[in-house]
Amino acid sequence: MCLAIPGKIVELVPASETLAVVDVVGVRRRIDLALLENEHPIVGDWVLIHVGFAMSKISEQDATEQMNTLAMLGEAEAAMQEVRGYDSVAEAQPDAHVSQGTGPRNE
Amino acid sequence: MKFVDEFRDPELIHKTAEEIQRLADPARHYRLMEVCGGHTHAIYRFGLKDILPSNIELIHGPGCPVCVLPMGRIDDGLSIAQNSNVIFTAFGDMMRVPGTHGSPLEHKARGMDVRIVYSPADAIKLAKANPEKHVMFFAIGFETTAPSTALVLQRAKKENLRNFSIFCNHVTIIPAIRAILDSPDMRIDGFIGPGHVSTVIGCRPYEWIAKNERKPIVVSGFEPLDLLQSIVMLLRQLRAGESRVENQYKRVVPWEGNIAALRAMSDVFELRPYFEWRGLGFISQSALRLSEEYAEWDSERLFAIPGIRVTDPKAAQCGEVLKGVLKPAQCKLFGNECTPEHPIGALMVSSEGSCAAYYNYEHRKAALLTSLGASA
Repeated sequence: MCLAIPGKIVELVPASETLAVVDVVGVRRRIDLALLENEHPIVGDWVLIHVGFAMSKISEQDATEQMNTLAMLGEAEAAMQEVRGYDSVAEAQPDAHVSQGTGPRNE
Repeated sequence: MKFVDEFRDPELIHKTAEEIQRLADPARHYRLMEVCGGHTHAIYRFGLKDILPSNIELIHGPGCPVCVLPMGRIDDGLSIAQNSNVIFTAFGDMMRVPGTHGSPLEHKARGMDVRIVYSPADAIKLAKANPEKHVMFFAIGFETTAPSTALVLQRAKKENLRNFSIFCNHVTIIPAIRAILDSPDMRIDGFIGPGHVSTVIGCRPYEWIAKNERKPIVVSGFEPLDLLQSIVMLLRQLRAGESRVENQYKRVVPWEGNIAALRAMSDVFELRPYFEWRGLGFISQSALRLSEEYAEWDSERLFAIPGIRVTDPKAAQCGEVLKGVLKPAQCKLFGNECTPEHPIGALMVSSEGSCAAYYNYEHRKAALLTSLGASA
């Protein structure tokens, strides 16, 4: 929650004003770019994500460092669990991702 | 990009540690507070205590939102969800936090409709998919998560979504620092400022600490090198008798913060006159609630809230640990009755809580060394 997750924008979702698909270590999910309206993010940019919203644009090197930090803190798994919980790109079942509470995030 | 399990620039880390040795006046005892729970976790994980000279003491601050939430708020939130028409949603971090009659997860096991969400936007989706139900989002966090809650509320209002509300527990970091500085039993020489909170609020809000309280503060990144460099910057200021706001984490934190996020927050939230923090007591203007314009999406206005106040178990000394008066292992319950597997106090629940961090790294390490010593 306090530690951000880095991701790379791989697609701006057409017909939506603020949604984008990001890639986080191979997992692709939809996030919201509304809080970066002044920074005009484009495909290929790296961002720091908190709870499904991009909070800042960063460099690729900073993204890699942040991933390393999460891994070193033992938070990588929790971070990836959070990312997997975001909207999947192929949304056949829009609410399928809302977990029925299989377990807490911080384990 | 992939995970790499190694420190960046080990040589530079070594040099920076030497620089700290050089800068630290052996005649002084330094008390530096890292405000953010992510930093606390990193400090234990990286074993920074072992690198630092013994006269530099790191005090763990109040920056773990789960840890500072009074138990009564959890009880209040769960009391709303006793209504069978209500779906209780929260981030995973909240699910194991104990209320008086158990955690949200334990309430779920007893039949309450409790669901983990990964983004507040998920809660809105759930509300749309369940029009016959009311979806309550138990919002928690400092300024890293508050802007997302604000945006989601703006959307709920725009779409006139009526079966959705927020039980708002967002807190703000600056008044907590102020309360710590005002506390008579606290002596802090300088602050390691939060990294990702500062991407939102920027560095300007810390200026009063430097100007009025005459304490240096350095906004820091999370890597070992970041934290050590921030300590160097603090020691340099202390040596020169200065107190300024510095930004060690410039590569990520803009001085002005995230204007769009601040704007969304000021549209949706207003400051509560006061709010209770676990361990720190009531702090004025330290938390956010929904403004009048968003009253129809405010769980506290929509539902009757018991306003439960729970005093922490007497034996648990969370308050003293939170204020840095006691070290985690000095609490009577630490490691025997209160463990990460069976937390009694909130500081043991979250990995960002200082007790859980201390237990997971220092305590386990000591236990391992003891057992190795015993078998040798």
